[in-house]
Amino acid sequence: MAFDKLELRDIEVWDGNLAVAQAMRQVQIDVVAAYPITPSTPIVEGYAKFLADGYIEGEFVMVESEHAAMSGCIGASAAGGRVATATSSQGFALMVETLYQASGMRLPIVLNVVNRALAAPLNVNGDHSDMYLGRDSGWIQFDAYNAQEAYDLNFIAFKVAEDHSVRLPAMVHQDGFLTSHTAQGVKTITDDAAYNFVGEFKPMNDMLDLDHPVTHGVQAEEDWHFEHKARQHRDLMLNVVPRIHEAFDAFEKLTGRKYNMVEQYNMDDAEVAVVCMGSSVETACEVAQELRDQGMKVGVVGIRVIRPFPFKEVIDALKDLKAIGALDRSSPNGAPGMLFNEIAGALFNTDTKAALSGYVYGLGGRDLTKEHLRDLFKELKVNADAGKVTTQLQQFIGVRGPKLAFL
Amino acid sequence: MLEIRWHSRAGQGAVTGAKGLADVVSTTGKEVQAFAFYGSAKRGAAMTAYNRVDEKPIKNHEKYMNPDYIFVIDPALVYTTDVTINDKENTTYIITTHMNTKELIESQPKLAGKKVYTVDCIKIAQETIGRAIPNTPMLGAFMKISKMYDIEFFKENMKRILAKLPQKIVDANMLAIQRAYDEVK
Repeated sequence: MAFDKLELRDIEVWDGNLAVAQAMRQVQIDVVAAYPITPSTPIVEGYAKFLADGYIEGEFVMVESEHAAMSGCIGASAAGGRVATATSSQGFALMVETLYQASGMRLPIVLNVVNRALAAPLNVNGDHSDMYLGRDSGWIQFDAYNAQEAYDLNFIAFKVAEDHSVRLPAMVHQDGFLTSHTAQGVKTITDDAAYNFVGEFKPMNDMLDLDHPVTHGVQAEEDWHFEHKARQHRDLMLNVVPRIHEAFDAFEKLTGRKYNMVEQYNMDDAEVAVVCMGSSVETACEVAQELRDQGMKVGVVGIRVIRPFPFKEVIDALKDLKAIGALDRSSPNGAPGMLFNEIAGALFNTDTKAALSGYVYGLGGRDLTKEHLRDLFKELKVNADAGKVTTQLQQFIGVRGPKLAFL
Repeated sequence: MLEIRWHSRAGQGAVTGAKGLADVVSTTGKEVQAFAFYGSAKRGAAMTAYNRVDEKPIKNHEKYMNPDYIFVIDPALVYTTDVTINDKENTTYIITTHMNTKELIESQPKLAGKKVYTVDCIKIAQETIGRAIPNTPMLGAFMKISKMYDIEFFKENMKRILAKLPQKIVDANMLAIQRAYDEVK
């Protein structure tokens, strides 16, 4: 092929954005249509640089908005190419209309979402508001807790999304700044091994296959719309999960790094656990280990795949606990948090005795400190000992002013 | 766990410095983390950058830190921000200033009783690189004070990290690192 390969060191010091740009180079994306936005900008900038320097055979399409960026990706994907882009926050919000087009048209686009707060007030820092905004859009959603995982999950996302039994788009999430701009050691995969893991792009119903004309983006009123949506949901529920397991297994075989739908840390005999996402999972793990060393039976559960929601795995991970804290990094604006609701829904028909409470934290990049987490684990231990939630069901962590609690 | 906090102005290269240091440390088999608070993200605005170094994987992503070292690469920040916040009893300061350590502490009593070293990274950068980019000299001073690595080993690695820059600039950075190593007191 007409491009150069890069010799990577076994461990490179990369931030989450550069790790993703390198993954996009290694899988040889055909088209990136992008409208850069903080903090995801270096991803598409990185792709453009690799392209200009001759390390990729592809095309970078500059557009006038994120709506146009995803529209360009949809066109290129329908035409039959391997397609990806990146965005954050307001850009993601502007993409929402086209996200549903991409999933409804069954186009295996990969979108790297560098999680950031939604205005107003304007804020460039990391929370999960944009991630939560996308959860009904019909995309597969993977969540990375550090730069290594942002790199790894891109390969897994392409492999799953492009499988002909799936053909659904996938998002790979990472925390704005906390992951995207934090440099850490990343274990690399060679260019050949990385490309071979994902494999050559095999189009299906591509518009450039002129011998087999197809129509994309059609109208289907009450006669057929429901069947299309039901089929899409069915494939998410039944086809995607086995492909994710296969991709996780194949990836472990290649790299030794093991991923799970739901990640469990120190959970074997845990009585108390926090459930969270993003970089907070790792900080919570460190605190849980410190408390373990002091004799407290505490653990951490991280949601790796947000959609399709790992209902069964969540039950398995949580049902035997005495107390659970669900941590949401997005304002639910008038309801319990998303994780609280999903976990409650998963556990409701089981015989669990776990006391479940919800916490909202870290909005707009507000720090989640180890001290916060120590206090949280201790509060959950009180719930475990009491056999019920001893506080109100929803509390806020780390917000200034009088303590906020509801429900 | 070794923890470092940089005080800088946006545009002075603290992030590049922190990432460069992380890269060098990573080649010796240690785990690293380098990140920054961008604040209002305007050139010239006060900002902080951070390094963590450990033997085992670094999972802590809190921004809160009780640093072992505090680097100040802009002389005015000693007066306009609290560079001592969340420090420890044995925190070591390396501060860019045209003053000597005694004069600096007299001008900012908050530093009294603390372990303070001084070096004029701004002047060194201007005289070697030709621009007031005090990040690489600070790392030269850090090598002297911390005895973390042999200065020649450190410079060789920095040459690799800076390799995308013109040779003249790389050479000037090496001079700047060596001068700060020699001049920090």
